[in-house]
Amino acid sequence: MSATAVSLKGTATLFRKEVLRFWKVSVQTVAAPVLTAVLYLLIFGHVLEGHVKVFDQVPYTSFLIPGLVMMSVLQNAFANTSSSLIQSKITGNLVFLLVTPLSHWAWFVAYVGASVVRGVAVGAGVFVVTWWFAPSGFAQPLWIAIFGLMGAALMGTLGLIAGLWAEKFDQIAAFQNFIVMPMTFLSGVFYSVHSLPDFWRSVSHLNPFFYMIDGFRHGFFGVSDVSPWLSLGVVGTSLALLCMLCLQLLRSGYKLRH
Amino acid sequence: MPAVSFQHVSKTFGSGSREVQALADVSFDIEPGEFFGLLGPNGAGKTTLISVLAGLARATSGTVLVHGHDVVADYAAARRSLGVVPQELVFDPFFSVRETLRIQGGYFGMRADAKANDAWIDELLTHLGLTDKADANMRQLSGGMKRRVLVAQALVHRPPVIVLDEPTAGVDVELRQTLWQFIARLNKEGHTVLLTTHYLEEAEALCGRIAMLKNGRVVALDRTSALLAGTASTMLRFKTDDPVPAAVARRARITGRTVQVSAHDAAEVETTLATLRAGAVKVEDLEIGRADLEDVFLEIMASAPSTPTATS
Repeated sequence: MSATAVSLKGTATLFRKEVLRFWKVSVQTVAAPVLTAVLYLLIFGHVLEGHVKVFDQVPYTSFLIPGLVMMSVLQNAFANTSSSLIQSKITGNLVFLLVTPLSHWAWFVAYVGASVVRGVAVGAGVFVVTWWFAPSGFAQPLWIAIFGLMGAALMGTLGLIAGLWAEKFDQIAAFQNFIVMPMTFLSGVFYSVHSLPDFWRSVSHLNPFFYMIDGFRHGFFGVSDVSPWLSLGVVGTSLALLCMLCLQLLRSGYKLRH
Repeated sequence: MPAVSFQHVSKTFGSGSREVQALADVSFDIEPGEFFGLLGPNGAGKTTLISVLAGLARATSGTVLVHGHDVVADYAAARRSLGVVPQELVFDPFFSVRETLRIQGGYFGMRADAKANDAWIDELLTHLGLTDKADANMRQLSGGMKRRVLVAQALVHRPPVIVLDEPTAGVDVELRQTLWQFIARLNKEGHTVLLTTHYLEEAEALCGRIAMLKNGRVVALDRTSALLAGTASTMLRFKTDDPVPAAVARRARITGRTVQVSAHDAAEVETTLATLRAGAVKVEDLEIGRADLEDVFLEIMASAPSTPTATS
């Protein structure tokens, strides 16, 4: 078998293993986040329907669904890579991967690919369940696919970086609770940034998560707080920068090889 | 071409006042088909050297080649030729034994669904006594079984060079025998084996050539038979309740009532016995036998220079 064939097969194996890893505990990794999103929908929809101004002719509950879907995609894509890597590092079984001929590209493609699968699986589950509460169409479905996949890849990459950097579970939890969660909650999932005062609207525009969610929502309603092309530029640039950083960390063996 | 070649390998950890030199200019080759032992006290650098070989650590300077492939510049080819059994008992708790082996093989390009590959996995499981546990989750296995799975993981991609880092640490006698018979068979079939162990009787029985490390340096490198012949070849063993004269105690290993003293020749044996007689030492169960590798190891370690490992 040629070196290229070995490399491709090895990459596919790592990808399959990472998908199997979360699928074997799917109650925790897929079903639980879906339930959480439904609860958000029920509570926020009940409390804020008719009280919060969003897009014209878009009921609040309908507005909320794409945000919840995307929030689930982002958080679970991050969780997949970060948790997998930190667990492997702390339990020591990462050695089985470190002694293989897999390149840094193989690691990146497999880990991020699996995180996209998990993010999309959870997002799809959230959508299927919540759609029954407020059915809506897809105004521009290509944007849904673009931002869904790019958002999952971005967060999967960020999760991989966090997993490489962290040396304790506590550090991953801190990353998740003090960075990822606030940034997703304050990105326009539950409200339109147009309803914010000027200052806070400007602050929101500095949050890359805002662009992922806003662009994703544009795919459903055909309207958004900013142009989807601007969102695409911000998300694309952020993804490219994170990919470059992640690949460099993997290539150098940062915190993987002494 | 050597199977493994260490060329002036040095490794330091840390920096400044905390710098520790784990390896210092280590150079030796392992020929294809050899069963090679790497011995040394704790902290000698054995695991560091194996880590550099396997790509788990990067040498500060020097080169390591596996079948001619540089472990850094041509790491993929080098690692395809290596199967590494780590020292620690680690496993992935998400998968069964068979899944674990299929995944490990897949990393090296083996197709999980190929009949030939599954047949090889079945053969490994049979030889390592794991057939009954093939579909059991790794968490359910005993420590000894997990150790056997580690060996299977290292062999699943059929590497020409097998590296075992203290594979029988904490393992019962029966399993140790099983593992060694299996590894010896692989060596007879042409696999090169590099072994580190603290069980010197195993190294003596299995290894054709041995390197001894102390403080990161090679202090001995020779055929096992030559090492045994070259140092003190005779060993006096006896028991006594009396204090041992200093002239004898200096050269002796004393464990409770048991005293072991090395001697190079018959004259030295007579001198030792005369010293004991002069000291009115009551000797029981006197045996005069051949020195074993443990005796050789201790003598070499005692005579090798102690180089400070912390640089100032």
